Amino acid sequence: MLQIDTWKRVLILMVVTFGVVFSAPNLFYDRVERHKDAVIEIEREGETEARLAAQSAWPDWLPATIVNLGLDLRGGAHLLAEVEVEDVYDARLEAMWPEVRDTLRPLRDTVGTIRLRDNTPGELRVRIGNPDNMGAALSAVRELAQPVASVAAAGATDIDVTGEGDELVVRLSEAEQRATDDRTVRQALEIIRRRIDEVGTREPTIQRQGADRILIQVPGIGSAAELKEIIGTTAQLTFQPVVGRASEGDEPGLGNEIVPSLDEEGVFYELERAPVVTGEELVDAQPAFDQNGRPAVNFRFNTSGARSFGDYTAENIGNPFAIVLDDEVISAPVIQSHIPGGSGIITGNFTVEESTQLAVLLRAGALPAGLIFLEERTIGPELGQDSIEAGKVATMVAFAMVLVFMFAAYGLFGLFANVALILNVAMLFAVLSVIGATLTLPGIAGIVLTVGMAVDANVLIFERIREELKTAKGPARAIERGYEKALSAIVDANITTMITAIILFAMGSGPVRGFAITLGVGIVTSVFTAIYVTRLFVTMWFERKRPKTLTV
Amino acid sequence: MRLKLVRDETSFDFFSRTKLWLGISGLMMAIAFVSFIFQGLNFGIDFRGGTTIRTESAEPVDVGAYRAALQQLELGDIVISEVFDPSFDADQNVAMVRIAAQDGAEAVTPETIEAVEAALQGVAPDINFTSVESVGPKVSGELIQTAIIAVLLAIGAVLIYIWLRFEWQFAVGAVAALVHDVLLTIGIFSELRIQFDLAIIAALLTIVGYSLNDTVVVFDRVRENLIKYKKRDLKEVLNISINETLSRTLMTSLTTLLALLALFVLGGDVIRGFVFAMIWGVIVGTYSSIFVASALLYRLGVKRDWDKPDAGAGTQFSNIDA
Repeated sequence: MLQIDTWKRVLILMVVTFGVVFSAPNLFYDRVERHKDAVIEIEREGETEARLAAQSAWPDWLPATIVNLGLDLRGGAHLLAEVEVEDVYDARLEAMWPEVRDTLRPLRDTVGTIRLRDNTPGELRVRIGNPDNMGAALSAVRELAQPVASVAAAGATDIDVTGEGDELVVRLSEAEQRATDDRTVRQALEIIRRRIDEVGTREPTIQRQGADRILIQVPGIGSAAELKEIIGTTAQLTFQPVVGRASEGDEPGLGNEIVPSLDEEGVFYELERAPVVTGEELVDAQPAFDQNGRPAVNFRFNTSGARSFGDYTAENIGNPFAIVLDDEVISAPVIQSHIPGGSGIITGNFTVEESTQLAVLLRAGALPAGLIFLEERTIGPELGQDSIEAGKVATMVAFAMVLVFMFAAYGLFGLFANVALILNVAMLFAVLSVIGATLTLPGIAGIVLTVGMAVDANVLIFERIREELKTAKGPARAIERGYEKALSAIVDANITTMITAIILFAMGSGPVRGFAITLGVGIVTSVFTAIYVTRLFVTMWFERKRPKTLTV
Repeated sequence: MRLKLVRDETSFDFFSRTKLWLGISGLMMAIAFVSFIFQGLNFGIDFRGGTTIRTESAEPVDVGAYRAALQQLELGDIVISEVFDPSFDADQNVAMVRIAAQDGAEAVTPETIEAVEAALQGVAPDINFTSVESVGPKVSGELIQTAIIAVLLAIGAVLIYIWLRFEWQFAVGAVAALVHDVLLTIGIFSELRIQFDLAIIAALLTIVGYSLNDTVVVFDRVRENLIKYKKRDLKEVLNISINETLSRTLMTSLTTLLALLALFVLGGDVIRGFVFAMIWGVIVGTYSSIFVASALLYRLGVKRDWDKPDAGAGTQFSNIDA
């Protein structure tokens, strides 16, 4: 007979209640959002009256689950960046030069003079004076090889050393290149995240995509150009020994480079290319003032950075060194004394604002490699607002039409289906809110489509009940058989739709993925409401009325 | 009084002219294909790279003046079109400017965009740029590839699922219907020159899902009736099945269409192309589940001896103890 166990009834009602409770905050979107923002701000920066007021806009004890709005609805910027991982190879090899030089120097009697060749991207070429003893040079340099720090490349070493004529060539091994690529991208990701967090925008998405790409989505930001400025395409921050002053167009000495000054027009420095310390070894930087009260930046190195910096300053008292950012010399102070603690101060012609910004930049670290932007999208907040409004109206109208239509077609049963449909949308929103999914414009279309298709399961069942009424004995039996027989069609039809939703999710990105999520979740909730919720309604109604005949 | 789309008992004969229906469907597919090959699709920047800028101004859009202003920048192919939507206010004049991908550059450089914006501001001082999207040729190439793979994967996965749940003839029929729907949708996008972007791929896959939904419901009934009416021939069983599910087919299609129509009219111009694809898909999907999938099933014939133990040995677990 037509019955449902009590525990099942309780379970169904609990699921439905969950749906209603956790979707309800979406009806008060602005308030809940202000509340959530205020809670975060208070935790970060302390209480103010305005923040407390915003926090109390929504009671703490109520669930504050709301869907995230995608960029196309809220406005903001989207960037897809490719990390130029090969940049790092050169930097790595360049940094090896002093080591190679120091290894070969004691062997000068056998290998002859050593000279670094310039402009050899991707490799380090050293010409040796006595090519007959290349073997000795090779084995000495090979001693420098380190095992690759990666599980996937166990046993491999980081460099390949070969001899070509009178030149010794050092390249990064393939395993090392791959390990470096991975490290570079992860580093870039982390730095981008920190820089965006410094600005403190709401819910940015910063994700790795594929081997060497990073997807950055920041809602509420003015334009992609602004976002790019925040991320910065800064080159390595370095501290380099100064060889001397130079002017534009001078030929740099071997292993040196000519770098312009940041704020002094026409001033150039000749610097040693291999840095003493890089920005990666900075642990902190704060805006400060020097002893003359001018804006400056205090910084501190980590242990290894502090050691190299300490050693260098001890050996080079009286010599200038350069702080280089973005391939420009910020300042080139003269080392006054040994700086052992690993902290120091950068002075220059800064304004307070500039010193603050420089500190932020230093704190976040420089990007390990350049970025190429493959995709840039800016969506204005007005367009997003228009889309939300249009989406809202369209969804309401679609909803109303379907409700009226279902009632006209199936009467009381249509009414059951309608209540279930409303609960279905509530559950859909609840799931989306709880899993923190992002609602996009195509996602709204997905909801509307779910509304249209959710009735399908009910239609299948009701049509089946109609058919069964013609043959079956009594309404109870007809209802039961209707649900039973329609099940296989419902399951098959929805599994196939689910397959396409999963493929869309796996292959798609951005708005398309948002659509796939709403479609997928919508399938689950609509099958649930059709099979369990309407059935519960029908059963409860039937138990009360016990009708002898039935029209569906 | 109930609203009924069809009478309680219908007995339309859907299979007296299967050759004709299959012929018409084949012809439509051929036309769509030829249009796609010779005319191609009006790809958006997702697939061909380039930049689109959406502008909004209080004064009416003067496409000619916009074009003249941008011509001086020598950016190659520029398409400017005005956008109309019932939801716009009277002082909301919207246009889309599409700039082709620039040689040698990935995404269009900020300088180019600034130059374009400055040029347009010269024409209409109060102009606003409500969205600026730029996709490099590298990504757009990959997006095309991914899109094609996604559609093929979806069709393949479905083929396997139906083959497992039914018989291979059903799978062939269902997939033929899918190919029909996808091809016709691409065809109409090619014919009407509607912009084809990433969202349309999502729509295509949804159409695949929807069309299948419809086909599977009919097939499910066919399978049931093949067992119920063992003595009747295939044509009769197919006709009974389709007539029995006709009311449901139309009800579902109509509710879905109603919902989509609301979105088409009121949902704004940004997703209109997407919604159009879905509406079209629901219509062709409903048609194809009867006139392509079932008609092909009829032509292919179905093995009818499911109740013999050897044929269903793998599935009839309940007979083991009997």
